[in-house]
Amino acid sequence: MDIGSMTVRAAVDGLRARQFSSVELTRAVLDAISAGDGVIGAYTWVDAADALKQAAAADAARAAGATGLLLGVPLAIKDILNVEGQPCTCASKILTGYTSPYDATVIARLRAAGAVFAGRTNLDEFAMGSTTENSALQVTRNPAAPDRVPGGSSGGSAAAVAGGMALAALGTDTGGSIRQPASFCGCVGLKPSYGRVSRYGLVAFASSLDQIGPMTKTVEDAALLLRVMAGRDPHDATSLDRDVPDYTAALTGDLKGLRLGLPREYFVAGLDPEVARRVQEAVARCRQCGAEIVDVSLPHTEYAVATYYILASAEASTNLARFDGVRYGHRSAVPATTPIEMYLNTRAEGFGLEVKRRIILGTYVLSSGYYDAYYSHAQRVRTLIRRDFEEAFKRCDALLTPVSPDPAYRIGETADDPLKAYLIDIFTVTANLAGICGLAVPCGTTDAGLPVGVQVLAPAFAEGTLMRIGHAYERAREVRP
Amino acid sequence: MRPTYRVSIGLEVHVQLTTRTKLFCGCTTSFGATPNTCVCPVCLGYPGAMPVMNREAVRLTLVSGLMLGCSINTFSTFDRKSYFYPDMPKNYQISQFDKPLCLEGGVDIPLPDDGGRRIRLVRIHLEEDVAKSTHEAGWSGVDFNRAGTPLMEIVTQPDMTSADEASAFLTALRQILLYVEVSACNLEEGNMRCDVNVSIRPPGQDPLGTKVEIKNMNTVSGVHDALQYEIARQSEVLDAGGRIVQETRRWDPDNGVTVVMRTKEDAHDYRYFPEPDLLPVVTAADQIEALRRSLPELPAVRRERLARQYGIPGYDAAVLAADRVLADFFEAVAHRCGAGKTASNWIMTDVLRLVAAHGTPVQACALTPDALAELIGLVDARTINALTAKALLEELFLAGGSPTEQVRARGLAQVTDTGALDAWVDAVMQANPKTVADWRAGKQAAAGFLVGQVMKRSHGKADPKVVGRLVAERLAQQNG
Amino acid sequence: MAAEEIDVAYVAQLATIRLTDEEKRLFQRQIPVILAYMNKLRSLDVTGIEPTSHGQPVYNVLRDDVPEPGLDAERVLANAPSRLGAAFKVPRIMES
Repeated sequence: MDIGSMTVRAAVDGLRARQFSSVELTRAVLDAISAGDGVIGAYTWVDAADALKQAAAADAARAAGATGLLLGVPLAIKDILNVEGQPCTCASKILTGYTSPYDATVIARLRAAGAVFAGRTNLDEFAMGSTTENSALQVTRNPAAPDRVPGGSSGGSAAAVAGGMALAALGTDTGGSIRQPASFCGCVGLKPSYGRVSRYGLVAFASSLDQIGPMTKTVEDAALLLRVMAGRDPHDATSLDRDVPDYTAALTGDLKGLRLGLPREYFVAGLDPEVARRVQEAVARCRQCGAEIVDVSLPHTEYAVATYYILASAEASTNLARFDGVRYGHRSAVPATTPIEMYLNTRAEGFGLEVKRRIILGTYVLSSGYYDAYYSHAQRVRTLIRRDFEEAFKRCDALLTPVSPDPAYRIGETADDPLKAYLIDIFTVTANLAGICGLAVPCGTTDAGLPVGVQVLAPAFAEGTLMRIGHAYERAREVRP
Repeated sequence: MRPTYRVSIGLEVHVQLTTRTKLFCGCTTSFGATPNTCVCPVCLGYPGAMPVMNREAVRLTLVSGLMLGCSINTFSTFDRKSYFYPDMPKNYQISQFDKPLCLEGGVDIPLPDDGGRRIRLVRIHLEEDVAKSTHEAGWSGVDFNRAGTPLMEIVTQPDMTSADEASAFLTALRQILLYVEVSACNLEEGNMRCDVNVSIRPPGQDPLGTKVEIKNMNTVSGVHDALQYEIARQSEVLDAGGRIVQETRRWDPDNGVTVVMRTKEDAHDYRYFPEPDLLPVVTAADQIEALRRSLPELPAVRRERLARQYGIPGYDAAVLAADRVLADFFEAVAHRCGAGKTASNWIMTDVLRLVAAHGTPVQACALTPDALAELIGLVDARTINALTAKALLEELFLAGGSPTEQVRARGLAQVTDTGALDAWVDAVMQANPKTVADWRAGKQAAAGFLVGQVMKRSHGKADPKVVGRLVAERLAQQNG
Repeated sequence: MAAEEIDVAYVAQLATIRLTDEEKRLFQRQIPVILAYMNKLRSLDVTGIEPTSHGQPVYNVLRDDVPEPGLDAERVLANAPSRLGAAFKVPRIMES
């Protein structure tokens, strides 16, 4: 059984047709992890016995007539989602010892559909980063090139899927953390519209920007998973009450009648020439599939990274305030005479450098005297960025852009310059600020073999259109690579 | 001569709302439960937890605002208020900063010397309560059962000018909130807590003096005593030529002093910003109107109306109006029996006496307004005498039932038949010659004794008025 | 207000994180550079533009006042780094 090439679709079909059992399938995934993860380091936690137990239960359920959409399919979960009974480290030392007493809603829905949770994947600590190098636990390497980063923050999930050690995985995206690692590693990554998928149980980084999404080998797999994950959740007030269609029905395979916009601000001089070429080839391919290509402008793009980092850091500084050693996780052993002393030490010991830096930044932009100049101002620029997309989507159905200005960086390359690391997100943060949906689909590699992705952006709650485009392009590439 | 300083007092009152569940989660609001048994990821501030607003808490806050004469902010939002403390599960509190649910408003307080004053409110907003901690040597224990309980914060203008006015305000506020049943207002259970801000200034000075905050007061008498002490303390400081330091104090009831907690230098930067996980609350004008129509009268309005409408003294009206259920009870009885004063007397003396004796409030006793009205009717028609009525009242209070049926079934009707009464009077006078002689000797009270004996003989059923007349007549006859 | 004004030590105190001297020096050097970049937003005139505070513009998402099962106390306390009977133990809180 070749986990590297098996899709969720093929697994679902194969399980249904009794070609193999969930136990066999899960064991194959576990074997692939044992064989490959020593080098790649995608997984932070695997409980093989527990995974096989879940798989066996799925097989028994199937024998008894159960028919969940994902019955018996093993999935990898980014180590930032609460799964009852499992640790949830967020790749941070501050959550050492924490065991989740509850399931995130997304996990509960996948569980109800019969999915098996095979293991937890590495990330940048608290999802803060674009290379997964900020993990306090371990290094994850890009399966395409072991000296390169897998991207971030969902680098572990991307590496597991692209590295043949998972059928599919869950990631999270606040400023590009699903799409960029998908692009760097060569798999598909979907960021749903804000409010499409419940965030209850996702350890919050930036509450108005975070979303959970699937990372898969094909767009169809993403459609399968999203269908199970999406929908209103009474535990998440920001999850919207919109119908969840069968997204696979939107995958028509063609792009006739669709207008695809190319925002000129995303095709700038700073793009790596090979990335630029691959993306242009993707554009051409879409034209061949019947799409009309139009020029559009998103005039406030140059302000997006600054806007994003002010807002995300501010929200994060408060979301991470709860980590104080009182109720869970790490508590400093340094003797403290007051609770605040204990907090000062616990947080000093538990948080990594990037997390500390963003908390300081976020605290500063909210602090007395600076709120208007930074935070309030950034909120208004965010409105301008949203309006850019509303205007652009009057002239097209979706946008095509690069995912990242460069292919995967060398491990350590961006370490000393935090601002440089932030600018990596330039093409992805806009979708989070605007609340729209985005998809990264592999569109080739550089001459050196580093994967390159193309990004599709569609209006909020137009995931059907989004995946139709991604799928058609994907198919076209398969047929005539 | 020592100047009398002008005092300005403002209060921030935190009122726990009577909802079944907490503000942001489905945990039950509790008092006295085993620690950490009414908790969930949300109120514990677990990673990944999210708040969802309790509809009933919003409604109770809007109702309170309307009762207190506030204007409703039709677009209201929530904010994160950051500070680190062990009773804060998220180390930020979800509260409301610039767009609270209610604005302005006021409470009228009666004053003994002039007619009364209106204490203006600034705002009312909704926020979550914090956890509770207990303390031992070197350690504290935190219980999150209370964390997340809905709190309504009512902020006043610094309109109060004395400790008495502050007490009067709190009493009036509490009464209004009880009227609309938004809170149990039970001070022992911590349903109402307040922070007191007080400043003084010389008579000629307009701007307020430096204010001192006294935190976490939970009794009206405590507020009163703390204010008296603090005003005196500040006066002494100014008298001696010193300056008041802006600081936060707490009241130490055992020693009768306020003690410094922290100075302004340690003041918090709360870094308020809009809560991204909670959506704005938009209240339509017709919703506000519907709420307004459903409000009961204010206690003060009801008090005045009861006195006027039923012709009862102001004192009685005040007692009846103080408790909305009692006032409802009174009006139901008065309507049925058509005699406001009589109903008032019965309730004020006998019913309230039974309430106190049995520890059973009017809403929990078995006596219905109809039953009391019936009882009053029976006494009025002289079917039963007052003695019987009082005894019957207690039975109705404890066990319910219809007085008319009780009277019929148990033959409690008083005896007015003069034939039977004559016979008893004769018998009693014959049996008590010494008493008769005492009366003839000038001891007036002897007549009462004889009446009492007749009542006894009749097992209390004789009409005491008629007996009294017959005894007086017989004694007079004996004279001549 | 110039970006160079950030007092890292003070902000760390607000954020309740004890930074080492080295971290303070590092951040005192790096963060002003980041803030200077963020200052590019100043050149945008946002007069009359409403702020975006939420991910999507929706209102009135409320929950009925109905109890739901919570967490079992033992489970909750099992995650506690330190407990005092049925409570979470912390160093003595002084303002009581």
